[in-house]
Amino acid sequence: MSISQFIDNEIKSNDVVLFMKGTPQFPMCGFSGQVVQILDHIGVPYKGLNVLDSGDLREGIKQYSNWPTVPQLYVKGEFVGGCDIVREMFQAGELQTLFKDKGVASKESARA
Amino acid sequence: MPMDARDIEQMIKEAIPDAQVEIRDLAGDGDHYAATVIAESFRGKSRVQQHKMVYDALKGRMGGTLHALALQTSIPGA
Repeated sequence: MSISQFIDNEIKSNDVVLFMKGTPQFPMCGFSGQVVQILDHIGVPYKGLNVLDSGDLREGIKQYSNWPTVPQLYVKGEFVGGCDIVREMFQAGELQTLFKDKGVASKESARA
Repeated sequence: MPMDARDIEQMIKEAIPDAQVEIRDLAGDGDHYAATVIAESFRGKSRVQQHKMVYDALKGRMGGTLHALALQTSIPGA
């Protein structure tokens, strides 16, 4: 399986996927850590993929999305953005709305 | 070779002539900057598309020479 097939498969078989440096338990970069905090705060289940595990994955994800940096967040197969965009959307409440609209259950929607 | 704030501003303006650009040096190491880019040509585009326009302007330096660019884009008057 090529790296882009692997990436495509991960993105299509998980509702929420975060390509990051490190793991959700141990983020290895401030930007990845910020997105982890936001997702944990909203309480949405997600799959973390550590791009530091493989050079192919680290480069492959940038080609896949034509986006030059990591972290990269995907929801229901769609690229949402990197750290800046996820934080901006979170602060504007748009990220929570996106999860609701896409039918992704979260702690927040459970509370509401 | 780290990048200089003026280089970043100039590259963005060359690619997006109507952009108002403000660059802040976050760490003084030529590697970590914050940029605010306001441009009429962003109108109607999603945040991802707007950010991609800025990354394209930097001609591949983003994520390489330039490790971190905390980016905020908007249209005038937003």
